[in-house]
Amino acid sequence: MAKKNLLEFTDRGIYCAQGNFYIDPWLPVDYAVITHAHSDHARIGNKRYLAHHYSAQVLRYRLGEIQLQTVEYGETVTKNGVSISLFPAGHVIGSAQVRLSYQGEVWVVSGDYKVADDGISTPFEPVHCHHFISECTFGMPVYKWKPQAEVFAEMNNWWRHNRANGLATVIVGYSLGKAQRILQNLDLSTGKVYTHGVIENTNEALRRNGIQLNPTERITPLTSKDEVRKGIILAPPSAVGTPWMRRFGPYDFGYCSGWMSIRGAKKRRAADRGFVLSDHADWDGLLSAINATGCETVYLTHGYTASFSRYLSEIGFDAREVYTLFGGEEDAPTQAPPEGEAFEVLPLYNGEDLGGAS
Amino acid sequence: MRAFAQLFLSLDETNKTNEKVRILKEYFLSVPDTDKMHMLALFTGRKPKRPINASLVRTWAIEMAYIPAWLFEESYHVVGDLGETIALLLPKNNVSNSKTLTEWIAEINAIGNKTEEERKDWLTASWDMMDAQEKFVFNKILTGGFRVGVSQNLVIKALADISNLEAATLTHRLMGKWQPETYSFEQLIAEQGALDDISRPYPFFLAYPIQETSEKQKSPVELQASLGDAAEWQAEWKWDGIRAQMIKRQGQIFIWSRGEELATEKFPELHPFLNALPDGTVLDGEILTFKSGQPLPFSILQTRIGRKNLSKKILEESPVAVIAYDCLEFEGEDIRSKTQIARRAILEQLQLTTPFPEVFRLSPIINFTSWDELSEMRTQSRRMIAEGIMLKRKSAPYQVGRRRGDWWKWKIDPLSVDAVMIYAQKGHGRRADLYTDYTFAVWDGDKLVPFAKAYSGLTDEEIRRVDNFVKRNTLEKFGPVRTVKPELVFEIGFEGINRSTRHKSGIALRFPRILRWRLDKPKEEADTIETLRGML
Repeated sequence: MAKKNLLEFTDRGIYCAQGNFYIDPWLPVDYAVITHAHSDHARIGNKRYLAHHYSAQVLRYRLGEIQLQTVEYGETVTKNGVSISLFPAGHVIGSAQVRLSYQGEVWVVSGDYKVADDGISTPFEPVHCHHFISECTFGMPVYKWKPQAEVFAEMNNWWRHNRANGLATVIVGYSLGKAQRILQNLDLSTGKVYTHGVIENTNEALRRNGIQLNPTERITPLTSKDEVRKGIILAPPSAVGTPWMRRFGPYDFGYCSGWMSIRGAKKRRAADRGFVLSDHADWDGLLSAINATGCETVYLTHGYTASFSRYLSEIGFDAREVYTLFGGEEDAPTQAPPEGEAFEVLPLYNGEDLGGAS
Repeated sequence: MRAFAQLFLSLDETNKTNEKVRILKEYFLSVPDTDKMHMLALFTGRKPKRPINASLVRTWAIEMAYIPAWLFEESYHVVGDLGETIALLLPKNNVSNSKTLTEWIAEINAIGNKTEEERKDWLTASWDMMDAQEKFVFNKILTGGFRVGVSQNLVIKALADISNLEAATLTHRLMGKWQPETYSFEQLIAEQGALDDISRPYPFFLAYPIQETSEKQKSPVELQASLGDAAEWQAEWKWDGIRAQMIKRQGQIFIWSRGEELATEKFPELHPFLNALPDGTVLDGEILTFKSGQPLPFSILQTRIGRKNLSKKILEESPVAVIAYDCLEFEGEDIRSKTQIARRAILEQLQLTTPFPEVFRLSPIINFTSWDELSEMRTQSRRMIAEGIMLKRKSAPYQVGRRRGDWWKWKIDPLSVDAVMIYAQKGHGRRADLYTDYTFAVWDGDKLVPFAKAYSGLTDEEIRRVDNFVKRNTLEKFGPVRTVKPELVFEIGFEGINRSTRHKSGIALRFPRILRWRLDKPKEEADTIETLRGML
């Protein structure tokens, strides 16, 4: 019988039989190692959780009272001989790649990651391994990000322009990750930053965790509309087009996402402005990250898995597509399971925006 | 080119009409006059001839982007636009160049005659001196796919604001076969526009549809409420042919289709009657195929539309005639401001004197005294080989473009069947990377036979749900096409149905579109091929 792999892909999630734990499982299990706090990776109902220290308060805010152990980057936890340690993934604050080693064999599960330093998440660190389990949300060569300084310069100009023209400014981004990244890069000499409740709850959780964020003001029914219109409003995607947002009109609203680099996707969103800003690695980022691991095998969990694995195979990697339930944001290009593999298709989490970043 | 690329980007970055007009004005005021004319040509659908075919452009772009050809194709399916795909895939350079739009278009026009090698050198060198946005706009012009999300009306509004001319005047002056190389901005905005181009057509007046669905018909009472007294209206059949404007000026004739395409040579049967018209006459009407005094279905006309050469056989089998319904110019004078009744009287007068009454026909006026009576007559449309009824206010002038109020089209129900989706393909433009183009099938015994492709008619929310279904229920992939588990049922509407030897199902539909998603129907209850054959 062939030796069993240290990690397997099961209908509950990525499983380590030797250590008897799962990584980012989508059905309840006894022990879950969590890469980051987005809802397609950190789900409710597991008995015990292991995550990075910076994720603690956000996980508690999102999942309620959970039995959670937290560690620093590089710290090791051992389960039945399997060493588990976390390394920075650069995706959002507290996001981690999970490194597993057992009898000299090393596996790394990337979760979601980006290679560029966003100035707020601990920057991505490549980890040497034999087997790399990677996302590829933007695994097509048409996705190439500009340096964030350029994007934020455009955003700050746009805000000033709106203000000068009597328009309110609404900027839309996911509540964990994108919202804080935007917040830390706004030019606060232009005005104040007002936040939607969902975002402010996340900000508060992060501040409880000791993260320093720029000042924000939560929008409540008592907040003066005129004051808000002079500042900038940070809102989650779920607020777009709602009466909550409309009452601040007339406004210009900007949407931040990697998908905004394609004109068609931008038009579909009907945003006034699309800012190409992603918390995922772009094409070059994915390739450099995979190269840096020095791995033999790459497993691709979500994104353009079919094309990206084909390309990696052509340039000499042993690349395989696996089917997972990550990347459950509404507009992520999920690909169907490869033929012959019988997976039961589970409904995606489809709730409020507690969601993943794009 | 910088300014033009920026214009395109700025227009893309706002959904607000006023902002778009402001951006257009800013552009007009900041570029040389020749650039203005080139921009107007592009924005009104006058593209330069394609100097390099798309497959060569593709091949050279793939070489330069240094990726495998299949990955280029997959990227194209994600992006949904060739020019944009290339702009995204080519190496980034942060350079720009100072060439104007006029200069670039002159180069594009000149390169067509060069050798393949020269064209390649020119193209790669050109790409090398542009940033991504310039590349995108340049590619759009080069590959003939230039379309812009700004209506001609907005462009004309901006132009009217800076030139102090009426929008209708400018619309008229931008019609016809002008070229940006020879038509100057000065001529365009001159106070007294001399009618220097004798071929120039008038803007078509287009009717608004009376909105109704198969479940919700307009009652005579509702018509009375919204349109007023039946006596104020003239009714005609809505003919299903090619809308055309026919011009006779200074001994020359011109036939324009609604797409502003000069189609004079496509209809030689009409030349004798047009030549017999007095100089300074412009008619509006519908071109249809006729046989022994009877109009034939659109499908017969369709067989000759695409042909380059009209064979003797085609001319014999599908001879055309005109059903005229309006006169826009008479004795060299623009009479569009006269009332419907007055124009009709002139038209009838002209028709009375034609030596070719079989070719120059009048659209008969439907006599009716009440909305009740007209509703009843509308049900006979199909027997008349008409699509429904046109309503024209007797006191109304001939206006510019689609205007609400004085011209209404009141179509009869479209034909429809319930069909099962079996293939899906990603869309383009706004719908890129979403499965939006579907192939539908009906039952033939226990098999599903494909019979139509359709891609419009669903809401964005529905598209998103169908897209999700497709991604989770793919049986096979053939390039960009996915075979989907047959399950979803849609009602497919269409305007006409014909026998076809080219399609497996043996039928071809005209204007198929999705009317609605039949969530209430299981696939077993979709229609059969017999139902479709019964409609032939």
